[in-house]
Amino acid sequence: MSAPLLAIDHLEVVFDTRGGAVEAVRGVSLAVARGETLGLVGESGCGKSVTAQAVMGLIDPPGRILAGDIRWEGRSLTRDPKGWARLRGSEIAMVFQDPMTSLNPLMSVGDQIVETLRYHKRLGRSAARRRAAELFGQVGIGAPERRLDQLPHEFSGGMRQRVMIAMALACEPKLLIADEPTTALDVTVQAQIVDLLNELQAELGLAIILITHDLGVAAGLCRDVAVMYAGRIVEMGPIDTLFAAPAHPYSQGLLRSTPTLTASERRLVAIPGAPPRLIGPPTGCAFLARCPIGDEACRRLPPLAPTGAGGRAACFKAGRDAWADAREAAAN
Amino acid sequence: MGRYVLARLWQGLLVVLGVTLTVFVVTRLVGNPVDLMLPLSASAEQRAAFAQQIGLDQPLPVQFARFLGDLATLDFGQSLWQRRPAAEVVFERLPNTALLVAAGLGAALVLAVPLGIIAATRPDGPVDRVIVGAGLLGLSMPQFWVGLILIYVFAVQLKWLPTSGSATWWHLVLPAVTLGLAPLARLTMLTRSAVIDELNKPYVKTARAKGMPRRRVLGVHTLRNVAIGVLTLAGWELILALSGYTVVVETVFAWPGIGLTAIQAIQRGDLFLVQAIVFVIAGIIVIINIALDLLFKAIDPRIDVR
Repeated sequence: MSAPLLAIDHLEVVFDTRGGAVEAVRGVSLAVARGETLGLVGESGCGKSVTAQAVMGLIDPPGRILAGDIRWEGRSLTRDPKGWARLRGSEIAMVFQDPMTSLNPLMSVGDQIVETLRYHKRLGRSAARRRAAELFGQVGIGAPERRLDQLPHEFSGGMRQRVMIAMALACEPKLLIADEPTTALDVTVQAQIVDLLNELQAELGLAIILITHDLGVAAGLCRDVAVMYAGRIVEMGPIDTLFAAPAHPYSQGLLRSTPTLTASERRLVAIPGAPPRLIGPPTGCAFLARCPIGDEACRRLPPLAPTGAGGRAACFKAGRDAWADAREAAAN
Repeated sequence: MGRYVLARLWQGLLVVLGVTLTVFVVTRLVGNPVDLMLPLSASAEQRAAFAQQIGLDQPLPVQFARFLGDLATLDFGQSLWQRRPAAEVVFERLPNTALLVAAGLGAALVLAVPLGIIAATRPDGPVDRVIVGAGLLGLSMPQFWVGLILIYVFAVQLKWLPTSGSATWWHLVLPAVTLGLAPLARLTMLTRSAVIDELNKPYVKTARAKGMPRRRVLGVHTLRNVAIGVLTLAGWELILALSGYTVVVETVFAWPGIGLTAIQAIQRGDLFLVQAIVFVIAGIIVIINIALDLLFKAIDPRIDVR
């Protein structure tokens, strides 16, 4: 079996602070194959963005990769910082959350794309410009020649995100990491961006890691999904399986708190409580304090084990309807 | 753009005339040059004759109108002290001040930007601590004192450099360092904090995620974004230097510039020379401000000059 495009192996990332080491990512393992689409879902602070930054090699002090490995096509990146730097922006590209602030406000959008092409592809100025115009066409920006010379503030939010995507795709990466790419946009524009990413994915055979707190967006773009909680993956598998039969109580709670058009419940329900502090987090299941069916056994760490439904979940009681009692209580 | 510059020049002219009028009135209120110029034994007739000769016998509005009339031909009147046209004195001394300011502030700006960037790349690291410490020291020392210390160490003790005067290029070193030290400290601190702020902005993360090398992220992306803040302070330093600091530094080092000349003219009650100096410096400051606005527009096209 050939090596996957990207393999993350027991990754641990900590941030050293005055209050202690914040364990942001606590042993995440996942693999992404060529052309695969993976959603990394969870609430703020669960470690999904830090995982993405770690893949990009952009963890800055006080953060550091404490343990684990990141491999690209079988080669370890954590042991080869120079090779890692070469991949960044060429083989692995990233799109960020806020297109309003993620572009240099004083550089024309064309120049921002051209510099990437010149650096990685060693293209001449005019060749790079032609390629940039081509990319603008590809992401649906009209009149590319004229728009290349404009500054970011002359673009709307959705258009800026298209610029970001064009920039990310400039060097034909094999993997695109999109960190909340639609969160800062209007709902209608969100749908357009998701559609665009879908088209590009199919056209270019890109692998995509989509980081989002929005299960709906993940469903629109990803075939597989990994749910993160307190620095660990608690459930992963095909997204259809997750929607049909979430196995982990946290995934079940997340789905219950996601609005759908065919909601069986009248109201959205929040998961009570808050995630644990990541300075000295619990050694067992991190969700125990909020879990309606957790017990003494959950003080040990549940392994990420197959559920039988096609996915894997890190829960001793995987598959049980955790929130049945809460629902009954609400109904009465 | 052209209209903008013209409008600003027109406003600037009004400002300069306002400043000149103020100086015009104040110099005539605080002392009578006739008393300063003539010996105590001079008779009342002699005093009156001298006052008439230099036009001080006329009422103030008439004097000012005459002053404005002469101004049209760049005639600031005769310097009482040097007994030659005041304009000639000003334009003879101005290049010396320009040289001093260019050397002192130019060096300050050229050093401050890299020092600020180096400090900002590792905030609270050992290099940053040294730069910030030295910066605070540079900020806290008054210029006349810095000048005296430099003279004592480098001229008197080490005998590397001359104490004062302007005969050779070596004479420029100590006054330029004295003038540039505090601006260097302020510009370094500002560059440092601006770069630290800038490095936390999302577009820097984007540039790094694109694989841009650190040098390019700092030298191209960040630098342009901090340029306006840094150049605003640099412009302010330039104005402060021309309107005050050069007076101190030129006095300490007997540097024959416009600042030293201003002090001497004031001491001698040389109204016409003081007026000429104030008018020219005010005009230069107005032009510096306009030039800075145009420069900012070139750096940040979002700035609307109208």
